[in-house]
Amino acid sequence: MSAAHWRKAMNFTAPSRNWSGGRATAAPRSATTTAATPSTASILQAWRHIGLRHVFVLAAVLLYPWIVPPFFTYQIGGQALTLGLIALSLTFLAGYGGMLSLAQMTVAGIAGYIVAILGVSGTPDISLGWPWWLVVVLAVMGGTLAATFIGWLSVRTEGIYTIMITLAIGMAFFYLAQQNYAIFNGFQGFQKVVPPVVLDTDWRTPIPFYYLALFWALAGYFFVKYLIRAPFGVALQGVRDNARRMSALGYSPVAHRVAAYAVAGVIASIGGVLLVWYNGLITPGSVGTSWMINILIVAVLGGMRHPIGPFIGAVVFVLLQNFAIDLIDRERFNLVIGLVFLVIVLFSPDGLLGWWDRLRDWARRRMADAGAHVRGRGVRGGEWRSVSVSQARPAGRP
Amino acid sequence: MTERTRMLVGLLAGAAVATVLSAAAHAQETVKIGLLATLEGPFAAGGQDGMRGAELAVKEKNGMAGGKKIEIIKASSDAKPDVAVNATRKLVEQDKVQIMVGPLSGSEGIAVKDYSKSQPGVTFINGSSGAQATTLVNPSPNFFRFNTEGAQWMVGLGDYALNDKKYKKMALIAEDYAFPYSQVQGFMAGYCKLGGKVTHKAWVPLGGKDYSSVIAKLPTDVDALLVVLGGSDAVNFLSQYEQAGGDKPMVGGSITVDQTVLNFKGKRRESLLGTPAAGPMADSIDTPEWKKFVADYKANFKDGFPSPSLFAYVYYINMKAALDGLDAVKGDLSGNQEKYREALKNLKLKTPTGEITLDENRQAIGPTFITEVAKGPDGTFYNKVVKTVPKVDQRLNLSKEEFEKMGLGSRDVPSCP
Amino acid sequence: MTLLRRWFWVWLFGLPLLALAIWGIVDNERLFFATTLNGLTLAALYFLVASGFTLVFGLLRNVNLAHGSLYLLGAYVGWVVGEWSDSWLLAVAAGFLFAALMGLLLQIGVFRYMHGEDLRQTMATIALSIIAADIALWIWGGQIYQFDPPRWIIGSTALPIVGKFATYRLVLLAMAIVIGLALWWFLARTRVGMMIRAGVDDRAMLSASGVNVQMVFAITFAIGAGLAGFAGVVGGTALSIAPGEDTRYLLASLVVVIVGGMGSVAGAALGAVLVGLAEQFGLAYAPTYGVVFTFVIMALVLAFRPHGILGRGT
Repeated sequence: MSAAHWRKAMNFTAPSRNWSGGRATAAPRSATTTAATPSTASILQAWRHIGLRHVFVLAAVLLYPWIVPPFFTYQIGGQALTLGLIALSLTFLAGYGGMLSLAQMTVAGIAGYIVAILGVSGTPDISLGWPWWLVVVLAVMGGTLAATFIGWLSVRTEGIYTIMITLAIGMAFFYLAQQNYAIFNGFQGFQKVVPPVVLDTDWRTPIPFYYLALFWALAGYFFVKYLIRAPFGVALQGVRDNARRMSALGYSPVAHRVAAYAVAGVIASIGGVLLVWYNGLITPGSVGTSWMINILIVAVLGGMRHPIGPFIGAVVFVLLQNFAIDLIDRERFNLVIGLVFLVIVLFSPDGLLGWWDRLRDWARRRMADAGAHVRGRGVRGGEWRSVSVSQARPAGRP
Repeated sequence: MTERTRMLVGLLAGAAVATVLSAAAHAQETVKIGLLATLEGPFAAGGQDGMRGAELAVKEKNGMAGGKKIEIIKASSDAKPDVAVNATRKLVEQDKVQIMVGPLSGSEGIAVKDYSKSQPGVTFINGSSGAQATTLVNPSPNFFRFNTEGAQWMVGLGDYALNDKKYKKMALIAEDYAFPYSQVQGFMAGYCKLGGKVTHKAWVPLGGKDYSSVIAKLPTDVDALLVVLGGSDAVNFLSQYEQAGGDKPMVGGSITVDQTVLNFKGKRRESLLGTPAAGPMADSIDTPEWKKFVADYKANFKDGFPSPSLFAYVYYINMKAALDGLDAVKGDLSGNQEKYREALKNLKLKTPTGEITLDENRQAIGPTFITEVAKGPDGTFYNKVVKTVPKVDQRLNLSKEEFEKMGLGSRDVPSCP
Repeated sequence: MTLLRRWFWVWLFGLPLLALAIWGIVDNERLFFATTLNGLTLAALYFLVASGFTLVFGLLRNVNLAHGSLYLLGAYVGWVVGEWSDSWLLAVAAGFLFAALMGLLLQIGVFRYMHGEDLRQTMATIALSIIAADIALWIWGGQIYQFDPPRWIIGSTALPIVGKFATYRLVLLAMAIVIGLALWWFLARTRVGMMIRAGVDDRAMLSASGVNVQMVFAITFAIGAGLAGFAGVVGGTALSIAPGEDTRYLLASLVVVIVGGMGSVAGAALGAVLVGLAEQFGLAYAPTYGVVFTFVIMALVLAFRPHGILGRGT
């Protein structure tokens, strides 16, 4: 069956009970095609939707390191991309799967710890010193395994229970890492976990690291964008909306959910490897409550409706973290973050993306009103009013 | 554009040019020093006091050193190494500081030391971090620590406990992480060597406040308890110990017998008298330099503590070292700060507690004070200095071979049951 | 679950525990009974904190992750009142009242408008807890505060086998039993309690039968929050108040309520006993990894009995 057929079957445009409390999800932006086969249809649809703004953003992001000083490249750009990638895994699970998991940072931390334990670090009595490419592959595999296990434990819970069980699992891992010295080196953690020198480029320097992070961030972003329209993703959203109906149709909600955890685990593990390379160290503090909640804040801040959300949230978060001390006391950084988070939750559960969308709609309506007003000046009162009403709703958009 | 607009633009342009020029001229005569402390989270009070100590050092020199003006740029962390490195990176790469003073806690210190290796053009001086590994394991050529660390703070106390207080067998209660490990090593290195025995080690997980089960497990045949807990945890422990009917005397770590414990309101308050402890400073040191330091602190900081804390003191001496070094080279930070670093290496720092010099790993060699709780004339308890150990080095005054055989402090090192 | 299945689970977990208990008694009698008593008294404190949490969830379906902050703020305010008035009992009352007031304001001002949106309410409580923690740090700094209770509470009682035991912990146990019974009486024998129980079962019917549901919600949240503040002063007397205690007691309440069953006060009691005993025995017999036990128990219970041991499915 084609993707379009899936969507019709799933009644995609109906209001869904996603986490922001019953608001309708945006329908997919592509029109349906019936003539072309699924693969060419989707490619054509993709090309149709590369607008000027996409080209502009991509160019900006590619040229960014050449415009700004190295500090901005590494600490703002590199860190935002890495955190955004980890938060993307949370957005994928929560926004499209309906499962809000606080354990994504834990998965990233497990991958990071594997890099530190199997690779080279400042604790030679524990680290095995294996070659970096092998270590990274094993780290991603290990993280995904852990994510699948977490998913298997959490799959029968929903809503707030999922939050709590993933929080408990995260805390258990935190305490394990803190108390165990044989493998995890306890409170100290691992220092000097540096990225390798590959083909004469040192991945620890700002520009190469930025491009590495950018590559994986783009890969993650496009992968999620593709996945949510692929049959698996659509089925997952169906499970999110109405598991019983899906089950009646013959799909296994449990299998889909665990698979979603695994996919999110891959994304989070890659983010975890990047994070441990960015910091050059990993300690129990990196996987504690504050970072688990920070990732949640990043995801919610940006908006969970679209894969670009976590990256936007990450940029705002990193900017606040670095420059809050110049504007207000860095001491009160947590207060600022908490207030921003509260404001977003109260007034715009779809995060900054939701505000952006509302702003765009408002601007569009204003421009349409103005246009209609100009056009209708010569028309009598009643007719003018009807003209403006139809002009205000742009054609072709749901 | 109207006449008025043109005038405004011209004025603004002129002002901008003037600012830039003056800033450029200004910059040549200013040395930027970054200051990092823990201003978030539970260590916030200590971090604030650390900043006060550093500011006092700058104020003593009237904001000038080596003929140049000193500009302090502050940053904050929350005792997590990754946050500390981010804050340091911002100060070094974005705010372009030439000297860096900080951080506060042990694991942050190790992370900042690792970062310093990638910034050879900036000199890093410690704040108050006291982990042994910072200067003993992979030391960095541009990281200097002018304060003694956790293990050095306890040297001499083992000897005192065994020979002066006659405690032959002891049990240990401490928190399960790096700082208490180093404190215990400092104590036991001397204590075990002279024949003392620590028969029971109770490592309490970080953050645990309920000591009832730990107390139930303590052996009854020991002479005293070695309690290496922070001041308020120590009060919790004392109350619970008293309520469980315990009656053994105590030997404290460097942060154990502080103001909170001395104001303990329990029934066993009198039994606190005579509790020995050790550290790099004490409230009651009887020298004119120390008294001046305390007076200066009190005069300058009305919102500070009644007496400078450990953090204030340690940040003070590190910042003082940074400024004394600038004086020694007359502000010459050229040539990758080579002359400045030579001056720091050879600096004989005069601190309120005595003289401090650096060893080959750029770690401080300095005095340790053994104190005992005594009752003052007005009935309040205070820490009286009973002995001073003048030159304690990072090998705990053992020989190189002995220390290397022992290794760094951990749960099982050292051990003499 | 059939009778056989239920007994199977009891024996599966019960037998090894019984064996361990017998070994413990034989090995060091005093330690075993002291740890058991310590566990029960810690459970009393956890029950006090968790009962408010489970009450709020049971009726309002609101997982109040700011419960720990209410604990901490109640403790601080109680301390301030205690210092000012030199009366520990007044401090306890102040802690309860302040937290109840905060809870009332939160319900009327914030949560009333998010009715039915569980996850959104949870996010809001997370944000509020971050804000509250930072404000507390701002006002009261990072120092640790001790209470000054009357002399007779702080002392030791001589008990058989265990020897000297802290009187205050026994007082805690007594307080928890009294409050537990009071809660039961309130829920089972008063009109408001009846409305709360009806609302837990079926909110729509409650509203349809003419009850002012918002008022019942507000009262419930106030009581739940007040219990947290009360526990803050009472717990702070035993274990002192410091930043970070809010997260600790929040996590403890979460674990207790999840293990025992959300929305059930009896479940909170059962959960508290299990968690308190697990924590103390972990600390006594396996101090290195004891901390991990509590969370592992919670994860396992959630995985295999998602609604807790005594919880009912929603």
